[in-house]
Amino acid sequence: MAIPMPVTTPAAILRNAGRGPTMLKRLGELGRELWQDKLGTLGFAIIVGLLLMAIFAPLLAPYDPAAQSVVSRLKPPAWLPKGSWEHVLGTDHLGRDVLSRVIYGARASLLVGVVVVLAAGTFGVVVGLWAGFKGGRTDAILMRIVDVQVAFPGLLLILLIISVIGPSMMTMIIVLAVTNWMVYARVVRGIVLSVRQTPYVEAAEMIGCRTSRVVFRHILPNLSSPLLTLGILEFTNIVLAEAALSFLGLGVQPPATSWGLDVANGRDYIFIAWWLITFPGLSIAITVLAVNLFASWVRVTTDPQEREKRYAYQRAKAAARGRRQSPANSEGGSA
Amino acid sequence: MNIPAMSSQEPLLEIEKLKVEFDTRRGLVQGLRGVTLSIGRGETLGVVGESGSGKSVTAQAVMGLIDMPGRIASGDIRWKGRSFLGNEGERYARDIRGKEVAMVFQDPMTSLNPVLKIGTQIGEVLERHLGMTRKQALNRAEELLAAVGISAPRRRLDQHPHEFSGGMRQRVMIAMAIACEPQLLIADEPTTALDVTIQAQILELLAELQQSLGLSIILITHDLGVVAGLCHRVAVMYAGQIIETGQAEDVFERPAHPYTQGLLRSTPRLDEVSDRLISIEGTPPNLVTPPEGCSFQQRCPLSGEACKKAPQLAHIRPDAEAACWQPSVPAWANPLMSPTFTG
Amino acid sequence: MGGFLLRRIGQGLLVVIGVTLIVFIATRMVGDPVKVMLPLSATDAQRAAFAHQVGLDRPIGTQFVDFVGDLTRLDFGESLWQRRPALDIVLERLPNTLKLIGAGLGLAILLSLPLGAIAALKPGGWVDRTTVFVGLFGLSLPQFWFGLLLIVFFSVTLGWLPTSGMGGAVYYILPAITLALPSLARLVMLVRSSMIDELNQQYVRTARAKGLRFPRVVLVHAMRNTLVPFVTLAGWELISALAGYTVVVETVFAWPGLGLTAMQAIQKSDLFLLQAIVFTVAVLIVVINVGLDIVYKLIDPRIRLA
Repeated sequence: MAIPMPVTTPAAILRNAGRGPTMLKRLGELGRELWQDKLGTLGFAIIVGLLLMAIFAPLLAPYDPAAQSVVSRLKPPAWLPKGSWEHVLGTDHLGRDVLSRVIYGARASLLVGVVVVLAAGTFGVVVGLWAGFKGGRTDAILMRIVDVQVAFPGLLLILLIISVIGPSMMTMIIVLAVTNWMVYARVVRGIVLSVRQTPYVEAAEMIGCRTSRVVFRHILPNLSSPLLTLGILEFTNIVLAEAALSFLGLGVQPPATSWGLDVANGRDYIFIAWWLITFPGLSIAITVLAVNLFASWVRVTTDPQEREKRYAYQRAKAAARGRRQSPANSEGGSA
Repeated sequence: MNIPAMSSQEPLLEIEKLKVEFDTRRGLVQGLRGVTLSIGRGETLGVVGESGSGKSVTAQAVMGLIDMPGRIASGDIRWKGRSFLGNEGERYARDIRGKEVAMVFQDPMTSLNPVLKIGTQIGEVLERHLGMTRKQALNRAEELLAAVGISAPRRRLDQHPHEFSGGMRQRVMIAMAIACEPQLLIADEPTTALDVTIQAQILELLAELQQSLGLSIILITHDLGVVAGLCHRVAVMYAGQIIETGQAEDVFERPAHPYTQGLLRSTPRLDEVSDRLISIEGTPPNLVTPPEGCSFQQRCPLSGEACKKAPQLAHIRPDAEAACWQPSVPAWANPLMSPTFTG
Repeated sequence: MGGFLLRRIGQGLLVVIGVTLIVFIATRMVGDPVKVMLPLSATDAQRAAFAHQVGLDRPIGTQFVDFVGDLTRLDFGESLWQRRPALDIVLERLPNTLKLIGAGLGLAILLSLPLGAIAALKPGGWVDRTTVFVGLFGLSLPQFWFGLLLIVFFSVTLGWLPTSGMGGAVYYILPAITLALPSLARLVMLVRSSMIDELNQQYVRTARAKGLRFPRVVLVHAMRNTLVPFVTLAGWELISALAGYTVVVETVFAWPGLGLTAMQAIQKSDLFLLQAIVFTVAVLIVVINVGLDIVYKLIDPRIRLA
């Protein structure tokens, strides 16, 4: 049985921006819905925390992450025997403070992740819109390029290019952006094609609406939700790729810091100083996990059907616990 | 309520005060609000109503297809006197469904598994319920395809659904449904998704099968013309309830409930010359918070004080019932009273 | 079928041409191979001699013609590091990588189907939530770090398994698990969500209305349809593993495959060897893609190879 329901996606909210109190109310509502999903809330909180940590790293870090000290090499974390509260998470083989390096390491991960997603995303979206709209030969050529590049031996090619050009953060950002734009192009083109076939867009085109109007009124709203989810998931891929490249010595170069680089440095000491690989690795894992948790909340929330199901399960669970809730969600909307 | 069956035997299927609820974000939707009906051997019952009136939900409840977030809240479904509900009922129902009671769905394009061969999909019913071997099942499947009018059935067994047209797929669905020679066939809008010419063929096929196999049929549709051609009895549903029931001819000749009257006025007829069709203004009530009293009162030209209290189905003739405080009063007699005209 | 194969091979050719162009531009025009390959201490005379020896002092057009000509003869030049034809080294190391991928991906495939299906049967139930959580973890742990943790725990602390290298079956355990983890996470999430989708499809309602037993509805009807996206993703996992995702695992476990060789080639500035690896893998991926298309056809009757 079909139940018509109002669509309240983040995209819909963005679309309604500027309608004053409605938007604030919807945002509040969305916040409450996020609060219901404990894991999603946790993920969101960690993301905010990491952003603050990266921005205010100089204020938070007890030491200069690059400051070496021969006398305090390989000190264990504070809670272990021989550890001291001067270096809460211990020190590495050059006597550098692990905590400070972990705090500064957030900068590399987040910066590379954000920049690559924005660059690759923008390029991919433009190509996808172009292919979807032009159709015909343009579409065929563009999509053939996408197909061909997807079949490339991606990482090996990246390794080759980086080793020839010389590793640096900039090289890594460029190479990752160049090798990751295709997925956006495919998704956007697919949506453009399917939306263009819907009767309302066909009608709009038939009565002579300008292409730009069709794009802005009809297609972009349909794109925002999938792109949001895709961008968030790609962000995790890029963070992991940055860590892997830095671990292999082809990403961030010393004296700059990166979690992946620190794991590589600690690798030679896993027999005597486990904390050297543990904390930076844990930082990567927590970052990616937090983003994934948040992303799965976003995905469900932007899909009306999934959202209904989630609601039903939460209600069923609440009922099972014997707690009675008022069945009608006051703001959920009336048909 | 007790609808007399055509035969004197006990009814095959009885549904009693069935309530089905859907727990959604907008609140508890009451899909069925106490539906009672029964069907005897060899009988054909038409269930009519607009979308959302609960006719498909009724069929799904019988076939055990009510899923989260829906649930059967109360009431009973009995097959030959034994309940389908509860743990033991579920076990009983699993052996009955597909064998003694089978269902044909609305959309033949999505109702067949796209990656399995037609032969497998028909054969598996026979293997499951009649204990046939794969080979016996395929031979029988071939006969069944021939019986529903599919040519070159042997070759067709090895094909996949995408190689069939919509009408052909519905024939396959029917072959699958009659595979174990069921006593009751539930057809949920079996022709809605098909071309008009194909619709007639499928209905003809159902009528033939009913004759040759002595099937009982519950035909769910929003098309009154289909009911008139095929059904002995008809039940009219509105907002999750049955609001009128009786012999098909009687209901069409002398509709008692204002909604039924309105529905008939909005249906084109071949045997009467009329230059316009008249639709009923308004929309069915929201089933999250159904109105107190008669659910049709907002749209009913006869509504008055009495309608604030919910009417129950009551006999208006020995074999007909209606849930209305003023049954059989012409509600839409004055064309000026019916506000909407659609050409 | 013939037309399809032809088109697929044509596309494969495009891939190889694309890789050729990129490698050529990157190695001969953007970077300076002489600078990369010779030590910093090399004199100008040594550099010139080396450039002349490998033909890098000729005009760029001539170099390109030579480059393509060598490729068509499968001549990738001589490895500077090992002083023997680069292709020989590649063919020697390739089987080790294939074995590792077979073990890791095999593990991921065998585990993901039952786990995802069980999770899908009761969405929101505890198996489902555990699977989702394990999936999230698998997607979130950096592979190299997970591998190192396994070494610390199973090899260093418990001393049960070898830390690195290649040998008998026990040498496969940790690298295979490490390689499997992210693939398993992706595959299990796909099976789960696809099974949930399929179980809500109308044809599953038909199957249930037919009174079919529950295992048949799930395993035959829903699972058979889930295999369609599953094979697509598994194929993608295979290709991306070949495309270099074994590099990290091979580096962590010192597994003597193509990935580790690629890293060694980078350290030794052995551009010719690296080039040979990239081309071999590119061709391998093209071949596998054709094979995968045939598998798709077998799984999904709706696909026509025309």
